[in-house]
Amino acid sequence: MSATTKKAAKENILQAINRALADAMESDDSVLVLGEDVADPEEGGVVGVTRGLSTRFGEQRVRSTPISEQAIIGAAIGASLVGFKPVAEIMLMNFTTVAMDMIVNHAAKLRFMSGGQTHVPIVIRTMTGTGFGTGGQHCDYLEAWFAHTAGIKVVAPSSPRDAYGLMRSAIDDPDPVLFIENLPTYWLPDEPAEKGFRVPLGKANVLAEGRDVTIIAYARMVNEAKAALPKLAEAGISAELIDLRSIAPWDQETVLASVARTGRAVVVHEAVTPFGVGAEISAVLHEKLFRQLHAPVKRLGGAFCPVPFSKPLETAFAPQAADIVAAAQALVAA
Amino acid sequence: MGANGTDASPAQTCDSRNSTPPGRVADIAKTGVDMTDKAVPDAATQRDIYRRMALIKANDERSRKVIHAGRVVMPYYSPRGQEVIPSAISVNLTDDDYICTIYRGTHDMLAKGVPLRDLWAELAGRVTGTCKGKGGPMHITHPKSGVMVTTGIVGSSMPIANGLAWGSQLKGDGRVTVAYFGDGASNIGAFHESLNMASVWKLPVIFVCQNNEWGEHTSYEKATSARQIADRAHGYSMPGVRVDGNDPFAMYAAAKEAIDRARAGGGPTLIEAMTYRFHGHVLGDADAYMDKARKQAAIDADPVPRFRTLLIDTGVATEAELAAMEAEIEAALDDAIEYALASAWPGVEELSRDVFAQGAV
Ligand SMILES: Cc1ncc(C[n+]2csc(CCOP(=O)(O)OP(=O)(O)O)c2C)c(N)n1
Ligand SMILES: [Mg+2]
Repeated sequence: MSATTKKAAKENILQAINRALADAMESDDSVLVLGEDVADPEEGGVVGVTRGLSTRFGEQRVRSTPISEQAIIGAAIGASLVGFKPVAEIMLMNFTTVAMDMIVNHAAKLRFMSGGQTHVPIVIRTMTGTGFGTGGQHCDYLEAWFAHTAGIKVVAPSSPRDAYGLMRSAIDDPDPVLFIENLPTYWLPDEPAEKGFRVPLGKANVLAEGRDVTIIAYARMVNEAKAALPKLAEAGISAELIDLRSIAPWDQETVLASVARTGRAVVVHEAVTPFGVGAEISAVLHEKLFRQLHAPVKRLGGAFCPVPFSKPLETAFAPQAADIVAAAQALVAA
Repeated sequence: MGANGTDASPAQTCDSRNSTPPGRVADIAKTGVDMTDKAVPDAATQRDIYRRMALIKANDERSRKVIHAGRVVMPYYSPRGQEVIPSAISVNLTDDDYICTIYRGTHDMLAKGVPLRDLWAELAGRVTGTCKGKGGPMHITHPKSGVMVTTGIVGSSMPIANGLAWGSQLKGDGRVTVAYFGDGASNIGAFHESLNMASVWKLPVIFVCQNNEWGEHTSYEKATSARQIADRAHGYSMPGVRVDGNDPFAMYAAAKEAIDRARAGGGPTLIEAMTYRFHGHVLGDADAYMDKARKQAAIDADPVPRFRTLLIDTGVATEAELAAMEAEIEAALDDAIEYALASAWPGVEELSRDVFAQGAV
């Protein structure tokens, strides 16, 4: 898109993913979509991410499936082994548990176990996130399980532009990619990506530059971190904000360069803290920047419990802007 | 052929076309169930079945009112239209018998006897709820009334029901377990694994598939290969019956037979109870994908007023008796909701309680 073109209307994350899927299907006949309720007779997905695709590309390429997560991922893997590029939807991240064998033992490992003879270029789309009172089995962030598995990549966009660009890259990628969508932020409008735009996998985005502390976040926690920035500025703290975008692999170069300058880091995610992505990032920062850190890396994550139903508990479960402000202030004061 | 097929099948579906016993509601031609040699509930049991159905219906109506008014915020999966199934089953169970149910299972819980105050306090997220507000509507547990697990994961009621039934088998306590699930759930691996194991181990478990013709937005026909789900029992060498789940007599008879068999050590049964979901999948789903005429026909045949009329017509209850029963239910709902909303919220310390036995590590 040229610089002189009129600015495109805003779109939200849901629309951006829909457009990325449509553009990928248009440019490559081997791209398929499958999952529960994804075709238009079933309303194009429970929140409509795939709406319009089956009408446009046909129900052979955009297929609603039975409630059979194991069979969904298995079918995606099999089709990918013979040249297709399936984008499989697992409605909610908690339902990946039903398909773990297919994802972990097969999708992630077939390239290696076959000595490179086969590979699994699938995308697994899934959504999750606290905030809607759905309780213990419908809104977990389980990304650490997958990031802990060699052979599968994990991404979690926080904006429509990144959602489009990451989806296009995930579909291009020759290996399995888990694409995590955040339910409560689907409908926030923002700048759209131009057609064909790509965000490289493994590349973070510096959303704000700062001197005193680096905040590393992804998915909805990026919004909480953004909300923390003006409050930190008021308190005289200059914070750098990095949207990780890709969790596995993650952009060590960008993060290390930032923390080497600021000497302080807060890692924020909605998933529970112990054994999480924050632990990995913190470990690498300590290993590589030990002498340059002014304070130990701080991790902020969900409480170490199943997501509670009761509203005040659910609200207290996930980190909020105020927690990020407090953590950054504590690091600067240390 | 789809969910309403009536072809002969390898399962135990009766397909004879004998005369309808007096008081029958079922349409034999539709369901293929012959009541000739089946148990008929006595008058007190009929009134008991109706009381449970009326409670479920009233609770459903109250739920949407309270949610729409913003007094309680929760995801709500209406069981409206499916009242008969757990009501006619539960009169054959005691508090000691177990059930495992699903996110839609408010009707299963109420029929089994979860107290309204405890239930509503949980729905309102209050500390006085069945689960201290930590579980919420999709995860009600109330062991006192035998509600051992409510799951939000499709298919997951069945494997755990097997374990409960295995426990009863080991202890010889004579209890049975009912696993409730939907038609869509019969397409997930857990269904097949559970039926096989229950059959091999001869477990005292009854698998009750509430076939409401929909799994979220996907129709039975589009997702399910079986002509009828009852047929699937055949592959696991257990009796499979398809019954009109909106007919209290047919449902009662099928349940009694299966429960008696399980208690006597005769092993599991799969019951496919035919019903219909009156509303969208979840409150807020406009259900545009559902066939309007089909839905209207189901609503026109609403099993609750239909059974009410029958009880009066057959002299099993008087209009005044039933009206008093319904008024009592409304009063109990008023009380339960008032109690729930006046109860305290759980404190944040609850986040680290109940994760492990001694609190969080
Ligand atoms: C393993 C799993 N996959 C998907 C879902 C999302 N989901 C919730 S209810 C439902 C439909 C289930 O249909 P059915 O089993 O017929 O039960 P019904 O809702 O009609 O009572 C789906 C797909 C889920 N909860 N669990
Ligand atoms: Mg159903």
